[in-house]
Amino acid sequence: MAALIQAHTLSKIYNRHQADEVRALSEVTFSVEAGEAVVLQGPSGSGKTSLLSLIGCMTRPTSGQLRIGEKEVSRLPEPFLARVRRETFGFIFQQLNLLRDLSVLDNILLPLYPADLKTAEMHSRAERVLEQLNLLEKQRMKVAQLSGGEQQRVAIARALINQPEIIIADEPTAHLDSTLSKELLVILEHLKKDGKTIVFATHDPYVYQHRLVDRRFSMHDGVLRKAE
Amino acid sequence: MQRSLAFGAYLLFSSLLLALLLYSGRQQADTVAEHYFPANRQLVKQLGLTDLSIWSEARYTRHPSQADLFTAFQDYPGAFDHFPAGSIIGPGCLQGSPSLSFQKRGQP
Amino acid sequence: MSARLKILEHALASMARRKQKNFAIIAVYTLTVATLASILFLTQALRNEAANVLLGAPDLVVQRLLAGHHDLIPKQYAEQIAKLPGVGKVTPRVWGYYYDSLKKVNFTLLGVNDASEPPLLAGHLPTSGRQCALGRGIADTYGVEIGDSLVLVDSKNRTLLYEITGLFSHQSSLLTNDLILLPEAELRRFFALPDSQASDLAVQVYNEQEVSTLAKKIKHQLPDTRPIGKMEILHTYDTVFNWRSGIMLTIFSSALIAFCILAWDKATGISAEEKREIGILKAIGWETSDVLLLKFWEGLAVSLSSFLLGTIIAYLHIFFFGAGVLGPVIQGWSVLFPKFDLTPAIDLYQIFALAGLTIIPYIACTVIPSWKNAVTDPDSVMRS
Repeated sequence: MAALIQAHTLSKIYNRHQADEVRALSEVTFSVEAGEAVVLQGPSGSGKTSLLSLIGCMTRPTSGQLRIGEKEVSRLPEPFLARVRRETFGFIFQQLNLLRDLSVLDNILLPLYPADLKTAEMHSRAERVLEQLNLLEKQRMKVAQLSGGEQQRVAIARALINQPEIIIADEPTAHLDSTLSKELLVILEHLKKDGKTIVFATHDPYVYQHRLVDRRFSMHDGVLRKAE
Repeated sequence: MQRSLAFGAYLLFSSLLLALLLYSGRQQADTVAEHYFPANRQLVKQLGLTDLSIWSEARYTRHPSQADLFTAFQDYPGAFDHFPAGSIIGPGCLQGSPSLSFQKRGQP
Repeated sequence: MSARLKILEHALASMARRKQKNFAIIAVYTLTVATLASILFLTQALRNEAANVLLGAPDLVVQRLLAGHHDLIPKQYAEQIAKLPGVGKVTPRVWGYYYDSLKKVNFTLLGVNDASEPPLLAGHLPTSGRQCALGRGIADTYGVEIGDSLVLVDSKNRTLLYEITGLFSHQSSLLTNDLILLPEAELRRFFALPDSQASDLAVQVYNEQEVSTLAKKIKHQLPDTRPIGKMEILHTYDTVFNWRSGIMLTIFSSALIAFCILAWDKATGISAEEKREIGILKAIGWETSDVLLLKFWEGLAVSLSSFLLGTIIAYLHIFFFGAGVLGPVIQGWSVLFPKFDLTPAIDLYQIFALAGLTIIPYIACTVIPSWKNAVTDPDSVMRS
């Protein structure tokens, strides 16, 4: 069976041919099987976030190929990339990136608006994820009124609403205390059990040493190595 | 859903209100065209009027169609009637000019 | 529900978050539209009024020009003109102005011969020497009624009294507001006009098509005259209101431009917050076109609601409240200003033009500046 994510000699150069040219990734080759949990570790600036952006179809590689499932995505035009993002990925950002003045429900419904779904279907999905993350009672509250842990759960709910195959999480525990980190990993473990593929970037030992992690890679100056 | 419904309702309501106003205006105009315009037209005809009486301050505003051809700004006693001055500075006071007054019935 | 409507839902939710700002913009926008629409409605109604009512004006008015300005015309000209084929009745008109320096009002004095009752007049026209009829504007300004007397001072400084026998009704105010009607013979005495001359001549022409030909003939036979056709009179009103409304359009178009600058500034100065939001939406799977649709809805929501509200306000202002706010602007220094009781005359083309000129630029102002952000790759969201 082919791997779910297959990257072959992926490179990313920002501000190409300019004075401030940055080589963020050099010829990264790796693959992730469906259902795996993979961690990218490494110091900040090592290219973890760039690799996650590439895998998550938020930007296109300067060179190399990337396959998500059966699809070659490295040269897809923008509207198709957006569709792949919407249908395949759920993102949990380091900064959460929630719209703080909107209600919890409005926030988690956001990824569904451009999709052609029936209203009833949207709301039943929302109810399911809200229940899963124990947020049902808070759904009418504004995100700004919630605690840090609750906000984190809203971000996860938003990532799950479009029933993605792959969850991408960039430093998910960076702003959480140890209790909340534990809680988060419990949730992620459940997701893995449900068959989701998870790709993390982190430098938190608690995360990369956790039992849910199948494989670890370390990154340094845009080069990917298998971690010991 | 509620917001777009409310917005749609507002748009519908105000469009209908506007349409209603325009329609009633048309009706009103028809009535006027039947009664008021003919009476005024008759009055114009009988008195031989040539102009609307809107601005009485100068000849070219009171009788624009009858004003002299080449002296466009003319006639208001004491007015600085050159645009834009005329519309910014008030007319001055004329010394020793005639005035209009009335005598109530029964008063000397 | 389609994706478009769901994005509208989000646009409204998103605007509700910035209530104060959006209400302020809608208020300014509505005011601008209301002002522009008021001007359009008012001038259109006045033009319509002039076009309908002045159809009764003389087919031709013949003035005499002396040294480039209007002078008295000899009555024998009337006989000459009457001999031209196609000419009906030629009526010498006698009229002039009278200035009240206390109230700073100019009146129009008009001589009448015909004592048959005209419409819209309470009482009757002056018949004997010491009688007069007045327009409603004068009666209201001076607070007089039928039976009171008008006091005029003639050019020899003699004080003359005229009993008021008739008052015109409000409905004719746009025509008769400042009129003082005296019997023609009396007016001649008052102005010391010689019997052999008149102010001008009103000429009846049987065939409307021939008015301009006749005007040419008159001008040829009597080179010192200036014939003014009815169509010219109506045309004058068209241009007068264009010019008048032109001034205000100039003033208020600067208001509109100022508003556009505000809108442009608001929209181009896309805040960091808005940029971040666009990034988030794109990152979670919105396409560029979805983001632009969102901005389109935002612009449309503001501009369409303001346009409708503004137009309704303008309509009520002009036709229900007698142009109370705009009136004084048009009034200028005029003291005797008729109360506007205007007949609605709406040009749908103008309304659509106004809609196009206000709604489309605003939407452009909201959508275009977001474009650059909407097409940028969303990976910057990951790094913030």
